[in-house]
Amino acid sequence: MITIIATTITTAIPMIEDFMLRAVLGGVGVAGVAGPLGCFVIWRGMVYFGAALAHSSLLGVALGLAIGVPADLGIAVLCLLMALGFLLLDRSRLVASDTLLGILAHGSLALGLLALALMEGLRVDLMSYLFGDILALNLRDLVVIYGLMTVVLGLLVVYWRSLLSATIDEDLARVEGVATPRLKLIFTLLMAVVIAVGMKVVGILMVVSLLIIPAATARRLANSPEKMAILAGFIGVLSVVMGLAASYQWDLPSGAAIVAAAVALFLLSLLAGRVKARNVQRGEVG
Amino acid sequence: MNVQNQSATPISQVRDQATLVAAEGVGMSFQGRQILSDVDLTVNRGEIVTLIGLNGSGKSTLARILLGLMQPEAGRVWRAGQLRHGYVPQDITIDPAMPLTLQRFLTLGGRVGDTVLETTLDEVGLSGRLQAQMAALSGGELHRAMLGRALLRQPDFLVLDEPMAGVDVAGQGQLYQLIETIRDRYNCGVLLISHDLHVVMAATDRVICLNHHVCCTGRPDSVVGDPEFRALFGAAVADRLALYHHHHDHSHDPDGGVVPLGQIHDHDHDHDHDHDHDHDHIHDHNHRHHHHDGHSHD
Repeated sequence: MITIIATTITTAIPMIEDFMLRAVLGGVGVAGVAGPLGCFVIWRGMVYFGAALAHSSLLGVALGLAIGVPADLGIAVLCLLMALGFLLLDRSRLVASDTLLGILAHGSLALGLLALALMEGLRVDLMSYLFGDILALNLRDLVVIYGLMTVVLGLLVVYWRSLLSATIDEDLARVEGVATPRLKLIFTLLMAVVIAVGMKVVGILMVVSLLIIPAATARRLANSPEKMAILAGFIGVLSVVMGLAASYQWDLPSGAAIVAAAVALFLLSLLAGRVKARNVQRGEVG
Repeated sequence: MNVQNQSATPISQVRDQATLVAAEGVGMSFQGRQILSDVDLTVNRGEIVTLIGLNGSGKSTLARILLGLMQPEAGRVWRAGQLRHGYVPQDITIDPAMPLTLQRFLTLGGRVGDTVLETTLDEVGLSGRLQAQMAALSGGELHRAMLGRALLRQPDFLVLDEPMAGVDVAGQGQLYQLIETIRDRYNCGVLLISHDLHVVMAATDRVICLNHHVCCTGRPDSVVGDPEFRALFGAAVADRLALYHHHHDHSHDPDGGVVPLGQIHDHDHDHDHDHDHDHDHIHDHNHRHHHHDGHSHD
């Protein structure tokens, strides 16, 4: 479905250059899945957790370079290790969860920077990792993005009900037969994958925004979890298209333009929410 | 006398066909603090068992262990095969960031027919609220919503953690009646956790008084006479409760209880032992009540 939307949008907007087309396709693929997944991130209060994973991905880049595997694989593996490390350390309750996340986030970011600096004869374009480089997406990237996003979306659909139940209350879900520990692992995995891929679009520093801003925008307009998830996907896609169009038009940094577009849509939704509330008060809308 | 102090009876002896859940010698600690030690407990089908105890006495932990939400460090828990559990936790927080109607919440545990849904909704007093957003429910409504969700599963074993919290006094009576109705209809075992002693005494088959270990268990009226119970909740409270459920056929042991006013009544006088309403004791009644087995409960 996302592919169809993507092609419709890309043909509708006259974009000549190939790199722009690849950027739109890649951005749409990531944002369309990040939206629904992002709903769970905000429902579960895991925004900071996502940010911590993102921060650690620079270390993943270094890891990938060191052992000679693609950077995105290194990132995904490191995100996953970070997530598991967090789950284990958090259980020991040595420090509060958000403190622990802060330590892991900045500790791994610093380590990542150090590791990259120490690698001899290697010049890494730090800016592209920190702020994204969507215009540099190649065909291989697109295949990876759409392959992974299909898997993520598929798992999200399959585990939707269980995830929803466990998000509302883990104990209730468990009593009703949901295998919550496995579910937690799956969700963490999904987050790691989406962050590793989303990093290419808006960079380490802003990747979490792809998850949470469209979801927060959708909240104002939805009355069921499913509607919110689908809307979040659409809003994410719209943010990418708007951001890239602005970036193309005015020669703006693309990652920042996408995030700014998402924020603009969020502000609009606040306005829409207020109008709707006023109408409900007047009894004009049921 | 049916006051049993913590017994070492093995599960195999306690358990019979009606037993749904049995715990034996259960122990649990958090960060070096012993929360539960050597707790035995059984819940049978068709029985309402109430767990009472002060805050932090390990009630909720024990309930979570019985439900299988937590593994005990010591001892074991036996469950009858294929039990459907219903659980109403003390509190849940539904993030207002999630748009969720009551209907959706109720059916998350499994699909149910419309008529069943309506009936259950009626039962818990939430009819007409199906489309309400969960975030807009009051504390009491949320609790009833959780009860509704547990009931829709037609549980064999229902655990209610502090169901009276946030419910006004008039509502508490109704809620108790509802719990009895539920027990009768589903023929399930109910484990109730409460610190509200008054209501507990009204409709419970068995009370287990917990203070990290089982202080005493028995029928409500016998438990209030137990020295450990009195030590825990205070003699005044125990006496008030004893009055509250004061039935006939009792005998009094003037065995050195707290008798501040020195008004020990000799109760071997001519009571009419046939009627079965509760006494209206307005006079000071500071002696200990120990109740025998086998008197009728209404």
